[in-house]
Amino acid sequence: MLEVEQLTKRFGGLVAVKNLGFSVRGGEILGLIGPNGSGKSTAMRCVMGVDAPTAGAVRFEGRDIAGLPSHKVSRLGVGLVFQHSRPLNRQTVLENIKVALIPDRLGMLLHSAEIDDRARAIAERVGLGAVLDRKPPTLAFADLRRMELAKAIAQHPKLVLVDEPFAGLTATEVAAFSELIAEFRAEGRAVLLVDHNVKSVAALVDRAVAMYLGEKIAEGTAAEVMRDETVRRVYLGGALVRAARDAAPAAHGAPLLEVRDVEVRYGKALAVQGVSLHVREGEFVALVGLNGAGKTTLFNAISGLVRHNGEVRWAGAPLEGLTPAAIARGGIVQCPETRELFGDMTVRENLELGGHRLEPTALAERLDWLFDLFPILRERTGQVARTLSGGEQQMLAIARALMMEPRLLILDEPTLGLAPVILETLSNALHRLRGSTRLTVLLGEQNVTFALPHADRLYVIDHGRLAWEGEPDRFETEAADAYL
Amino acid sequence: MAPPSWLRSRPVVAGLVILALGACVPLVGSGYVLGLLTVAFYTAVFAMAWDLLFGFAGEVNFGPTFLIGLGAYTAGILDARLAPNVSLWLCVLAGAAAAVIGGVVLALPALRVRGPYFGLTTLVAVLMLQNMVVVFADLTGGEIGLSVPDVMSVSATANYWIAFGFMAVSGAILYGLSRSPIGLVLQASGQDPVQAGALGFNVTKHKLFAFVVSAFFSGLAGALMVFYMGTASVGTFVDISVGVQIIVAAVLGGRRTVIGAAIGAVFLIAMGEALRPLGELATLIVSLLALLVVLFFPDGILGMLQGRSRRD
Repeated sequence: MLEVEQLTKRFGGLVAVKNLGFSVRGGEILGLIGPNGSGKSTAMRCVMGVDAPTAGAVRFEGRDIAGLPSHKVSRLGVGLVFQHSRPLNRQTVLENIKVALIPDRLGMLLHSAEIDDRARAIAERVGLGAVLDRKPPTLAFADLRRMELAKAIAQHPKLVLVDEPFAGLTATEVAAFSELIAEFRAEGRAVLLVDHNVKSVAALVDRAVAMYLGEKIAEGTAAEVMRDETVRRVYLGGALVRAARDAAPAAHGAPLLEVRDVEVRYGKALAVQGVSLHVREGEFVALVGLNGAGKTTLFNAISGLVRHNGEVRWAGAPLEGLTPAAIARGGIVQCPETRELFGDMTVRENLELGGHRLEPTALAERLDWLFDLFPILRERTGQVARTLSGGEQQMLAIARALMMEPRLLILDEPTLGLAPVILETLSNALHRLRGSTRLTVLLGEQNVTFALPHADRLYVIDHGRLAWEGEPDRFETEAADAYL
Repeated sequence: MAPPSWLRSRPVVAGLVILALGACVPLVGSGYVLGLLTVAFYTAVFAMAWDLLFGFAGEVNFGPTFLIGLGAYTAGILDARLAPNVSLWLCVLAGAAAAVIGGVVLALPALRVRGPYFGLTTLVAVLMLQNMVVVFADLTGGEIGLSVPDVMSVSATANYWIAFGFMAVSGAILYGLSRSPIGLVLQASGQDPVQAGALGFNVTKHKLFAFVVSAFFSGLAGALMVFYMGTASVGTFVDISVGVQIIVAAVLGGRRTVIGAAIGAVFLIAMGEALRPLGELATLIVSLLALLVVLFFPDGILGMLQGRSRRD
């Protein structure tokens, strides 16, 4: 039903999709799989006509639809279930579904009873019957996703594109959504699922196509794709081993950063409870813990971004009463998990902003050093930050933090949302960073395999409390079970 | 028996109450009050037409006076040149047609650009029209203004009823349109054009339609107002400040309600008049009030009313 051949999409200098080819038959579910930044979403947008492909053919029922605007593609029988959309918040769920049923004619001046009936029937089918008269802002997340599904069903598409169907859903909801999607197949429609990894959609898809850096790397049944050598390398990366450290930092001496009994409350909830830790000059300390354990909150307390009880001492003096800007100028630079890049500025402009306090010659030297550390950024100097892939953005965020010449770099979840291969690049950069400078690092991670090789010492945080502290060698025997 | 659904809608009730009040004014009001409200009613149509474009299609038109001015000057010039051979009403229709044509010519390229650029394009259009009026002074009267030989009526009451009826009919049409399936599609296109496209809607077509409707009512109201005032001048029909007043009226009254825009326009003009004894200070106070409403009640006057009723 859908055939994609030699599809290529460029954004400026970035090739998002390169010579991609695949096909979907009626009554079949195809999974288009790839890590963040692999181009799978772009490929889907090219099929839908949201983006026009740079080259290649997209044939739907034998007709080339590449470059057609999305409303025409939609009318031919292609529907897209959005992962995020902006629903009409002032209208009810029923009216939101009705929008999808209204024909694209300017003569539609009256609401018809037929549309009303069909909208209600579709709502029942996806399980929205009970919330028809509510408005979207009051709905649970899963119900909002159901509404998106309902809008796609309303169009009776022959081919349904689904963007990350299971993101953010609980196990029961995943099962319910799988059933709804399987219904499309039972009705003879073709389905194209786009997702991060094979495992989550393995049970549902008939075939899978794996993508990496814009290209197809494997195709076959879910099991075949999971066994594929290239796929395994892309997803699992090389084995991470403990990196040897040339010069071990002073194991004794006065700590550079000292956190004593810090406590942070959000309203009634205690996010961080009586945490004490210290970091010595030149040390690489990792704070590992699951999402929501309190890592970011603790970092924000250190950087002066949230109010806290207890004491934070920096180079022997308390930080109390200092503004976040003064703390950053004092040498504690936090690289937040959200990256906070200036999206419309180029890589170079982002870096120069980070180094705005440096002399021109020092700035140039520092830039050079960072480009050696992250060679990919040198290639992307003139590119706007928003168009970088997730891994490149993370490297830019770290590089920008380093431009501020920190004495202590706080790295919050650098691996968030990144594919394993990119982790390897990042890991190598951290290794070089550790080898070439006396920089002190405090790393927050939930990915222990990523944090372990670099760390001199490890803290485990759980539900806002420190649960374990020690050398990485001891982690596996003493703390791994409790953590995992 | 429950009232029909349209009667339960708060904007409709608010609109009907205002219409009822408006119908009583000629019984008690002086000629001066009637004249003031006549202008307010035309301004109300300008604001409602603007809200259709901003509140529903999501496009900020900084140049409502481009459409109004086109309507007003086309009607005025035709009348000045051809009267008494041509009926006044024909000139009014020609004015509306000119606004629609001018609107399409402007919107076709302007709708291609996204975000703030659409607004900038419309702003430039106003400045161009303003310059044209001055440059072609022979035809347009230039900065002095253009006086038209015909007027609709010399009776303040008759003029009042014409403006009142025109506002009621325009309001009903624009409001009905905003509640129709097209209104829904327009809102969807305004909020998430990518998804609206994927749902099969030609977003540009729908936005162009909204622009045409907005242009038609703006031009019609502008042309009618010329024959009420007997003159057309840049200061009353084209100047940016006139456009700003219309936008403020619509936002003040309540975005995405159509009827709120009319309430805002009447309120704004009434306030300006009530505070006139304060001189220059009046404009400042009205502006300050508008600013406060926009900052603290972004849903406008109608939103405030709705907010209170929800708490009850």
